[in-house]
Amino acid sequence: MTRATTDTEGAGSQEGAGETVRKAATGIPGIDAITRGGFPEARTTLILGGPGAGKTVLALESMVNAARLNHEPGIFVAFEESSRQIIANAATFGWDLPSLEREKLFFLDARVSPMTIQSGDFDITLMLAGLEVKAREMGARRIVLDGLDVLLALLDDPVRERQEVYRLHDWLQKSGLTAVITGKATDVDRHGAERYAFMQFMVDAVILLHHRMVDRVSLRGLRVAKYRGTGFDEGEFPMVISPTGIQVATFGPAILGHDVSTERVSTGIPRLDNMLDGGYYRGSSVLVSGAPGVAKTTLAASFARATCAQGERMLFVSFDEAATQLVRNLQSVGIDLAPFVSAGLLRIHAVRSESRSAEDHLIELQRIIREFEPRGLVLDPISALGKTGGEIAAVHSSLRLLDYARALGITALSTSLMSQGANVEATSMEISTIADTWIHLAYSIHGGERNRTLTVVKSRGMRHSNQVRELILSDAGVTLADVFTAGGEVLVGTARWEYERSVRERAERERLEREHRRRVAEQNVARLEAQIAGLRAELEAQRSEMEVVGAHELNVAERRQDGQEALRRLRFGANDAPRTPGS
Amino acid sequence: MAGVVVLRLYLAGEGPNSTTARLNLERLLAGVDHAGYSLEVVDCLRDPLRALEQGVLVTPTLVRVEPEPVVTIIGTLRDSRGVMDMLGLARAVGAAAAEGARHDGP
Repeated sequence: MTRATTDTEGAGSQEGAGETVRKAATGIPGIDAITRGGFPEARTTLILGGPGAGKTVLALESMVNAARLNHEPGIFVAFEESSRQIIANAATFGWDLPSLEREKLFFLDARVSPMTIQSGDFDITLMLAGLEVKAREMGARRIVLDGLDVLLALLDDPVRERQEVYRLHDWLQKSGLTAVITGKATDVDRHGAERYAFMQFMVDAVILLHHRMVDRVSLRGLRVAKYRGTGFDEGEFPMVISPTGIQVATFGPAILGHDVSTERVSTGIPRLDNMLDGGYYRGSSVLVSGAPGVAKTTLAASFARATCAQGERMLFVSFDEAATQLVRNLQSVGIDLAPFVSAGLLRIHAVRSESRSAEDHLIELQRIIREFEPRGLVLDPISALGKTGGEIAAVHSSLRLLDYARALGITALSTSLMSQGANVEATSMEISTIADTWIHLAYSIHGGERNRTLTVVKSRGMRHSNQVRELILSDAGVTLADVFTAGGEVLVGTARWEYERSVRERAERERLEREHRRRVAEQNVARLEAQIAGLRAELEAQRSEMEVVGAHELNVAERRQDGQEALRRLRFGANDAPRTPGS
Repeated sequence: MAGVVVLRLYLAGEGPNSTTARLNLERLLAGVDHAGYSLEVVDCLRDPLRALEQGVLVTPTLVRVEPEPVVTIIGTLRDSRGVMDMLGLARAVGAAAAEGARHDGP
């Protein structure tokens, strides 16, 4: 085996730089992303998996896509199922094989009849010769050998089997066809002991498909175990067989280096926007945690409404609550989403969490996101993903979905059940670590009542208030109220109300007191003024009296002078008349 | 005694498995009355696609076309006794012939 493999794999990590392997697209987005382009062209890919892992569907879909999209003719050799069965199955995915079959596809029914008896060695020379004729005739570019192991098992001799596989491999190499061989392997992780061990060395790429049941939910996964001469995404990726074919969940289009936006989007609650210094960052991940009934959905819906009000599309994923029920419940707190739904801005995707595995949900949601292209996403609650299929799958799916949203610049708000003091779910734990903003809603029990409080636990890269606020729901919507601290305790609800009232009462009392004192003073002033007026009147009276008295005295004096004059005249006669007394 | 047994042996040119099968079958039929069977040997490499479409995937393949039901044996026909049983020729030939053929094969 050539060691150049490792060198080019290293280069492959730089997005295809230095890749020498030409790729033949599978047309299955997730797989083309993981393999960075598809199967190795003109080489052989081995797909291994247990029964029902999706080997046949994957091989068939890639060939159908090549025929439909790239007009590449292909040959499908069916060792396990009849070609009629395969064509019927394909119809359930909406692939019209009969029409493709006429020009682009050829199905060879290569089932060995159960009536066949084996006695001694045989070889596939004839089959290869026939396929070569057919390939040349139709200008085939692709070939699928589905379930080759069924035929080879008849040899009942590992050495002979290997011989036939080499024969096939030689022929494939010469043919220049892009080949896919599928084979059953019950435990694909311990494939070393199986008949494909040597085949894995021979082929250029190996894809392993897993299928297991966890909590009675079927989980499928896809892993590229080997890809010669190219880089690929390692690790197991969730896979589902959807009504339209295979879907594989991947990271977002660009895993790293997504733009960090400084743009803010409204939370839908003005005071919360203030607390977060303007709102959530666009493209960030927001976690709203809290106990049941603490208004997580309402907070999410406020965000949804604010986004739609900006004319942006919003995907609201509602686990276990029907869309109509959700809209109606939100109307009772003054949030009317119905107009946005009818305007096509809001899509409510209501789904039962138990109906599928977390990975199925993930793939379905990625598909909807691709189609709908929302700017905002609500997952209510993301903890519902953990209900089936195990915690690990749930955590992986959640993180992958949030990563996907982030890469697309979608602001994602997830709600999660989390009660203080109670066991914190793994999902919530994990998400809280990747969330950019974490808002915790809680009940504050005080004075025999429960009230809702809101705390911004963390908010990456933004100033935010660390104060607890009271969340008040009314038919007018959601508002935040200041809370008071008294004796080191946060006051909410009635306690807050009582506190506020006592403050109000004290103020009122003080006001009344002031009023009273003012009135008393006024009265005093009035009284004093009245007194002053009285005194002034008296004063006037006295003055008048004084004048009257003064005038009388003058008259008396005049009269006395007049009398003395008359008397003098009478006493001295007329001669003395010009003389004045005293001169 | 059953009617005539119609046999068809599909081979791929002169490949080792094909050659061995042909020799084995000839040896098996050596002791059988010629009137009891007919044998057609087909070299599939002349028209391999046709063989595939007829359901012959590997070589060598021996088919008992008649009498019904059709019997298909793939391989070099190493287990001669079993082959004779399957083809319904053992009774016609008798135990001695079958015994004689047993040690044949590669």
